[in-house]
Amino acid sequence: MSHVRGFGRFWWDFVVGDDWRLAAGGLVALVTAGLVANTRVAAWWVAPAIVIVTLVASLGRAGRVDRRDPHG
Amino acid sequence: MHTVVLAVAAFFACAVEMVEALTIVLAVGVTRGWRSVRLGVLAALATLAVVVAVLGPALAALPLDILRAVVGFLLLALGLQWMRKAILRTAGYLPLHDEQKIFDREVADASAATSIGHGHFDWYAFTLSFKGVFLEGLEVAFIVVTFGAAHDDFPMMIGAATAALVTVLAIGAVVHRPLSRVPENSMKFGVGIMLTTFGTFWGSEGVGVSWPGADGAILGLLGAYTSVAFALIRWLQRRDADRLDTVGQGA
Repeated sequence: MSHVRGFGRFWWDFVVGDDWRLAAGGLVALVTAGLVANTRVAAWWVAPAIVIVTLVASLGRAGRVDRRDPHG
Repeated sequence: MHTVVLAVAAFFACAVEMVEALTIVLAVGVTRGWRSVRLGVLAALATLAVVVAVLGPALAALPLDILRAVVGFLLLALGLQWMRKAILRTAGYLPLHDEQKIFDREVADASAATSIGHGHFDWYAFTLSFKGVFLEGLEVAFIVVTFGAAHDDFPMMIGAATAALVTVLAIGAVVHRPLSRVPENSMKFGVGIMLTTFGTFWGSEGVGVSWPGADGAILGLLGAYTSVAFALIRWLQRRDADRLDTVGQGA
């Protein structure tokens, strides 16, 4: 059982890693691009735009967490 | 063009993982002897071959759009993770990956572990080398299988992974030390951008998006993500400098 848990944990760490919001943002990017692709609007820009916003948000948060004063 | 960029991405992604596996194998080998380590490496490679042989055809059997959407999402999640870490390292928010430090730590752990009598099988060395090669190798297998299935070109991806293996092993055999001079942080930065690029491209195609310029859009995405990554590094560095200024004025 612990081997199965360890294997699952490996894949979770591998794909999701330090910030689950990145994987969630990737999923939202593709789902939104798929929805827009079903309309008459050009959809090629949707996923890259959401990916960039996701990355900026994750890094902004990482910066803030890192900058927290451990004693204060 | 598309295939060349893909093969380069696969080569460097595999090389990064192999450098990490080599560090563990070398640390255990020089500390505990090579016999059990060699068996651990061979057992891990055989297990990985089975994983690739099972997963490859299983993935290739999926309809292409579903496959590209799934593979695109996985590469996007992985690529964004690598990009984030590389940006934080380059901006100075995280310490740089240091193979020499990892090697020294592995050597210390292996030396401290219970020693075995001469001629006995060393389970510690076997398990550690198996685990190191298998876990890092799984990442290589993941890249080969997903790239190969999404691009429908397994031989090219296996060739890129093999070239990376031969290169890393050759360097490891010559220097017999951890590959601390390999610019691993820069490689991981580049590979993160490439994985994110292919993840976006295939994932979007899989959900029905048509790219302007077809495969040429890959280069556009690559350029856009690279520019964004460097802009984010500058942004984080400037924020850090502003913070230090504020702290300095307040003191």
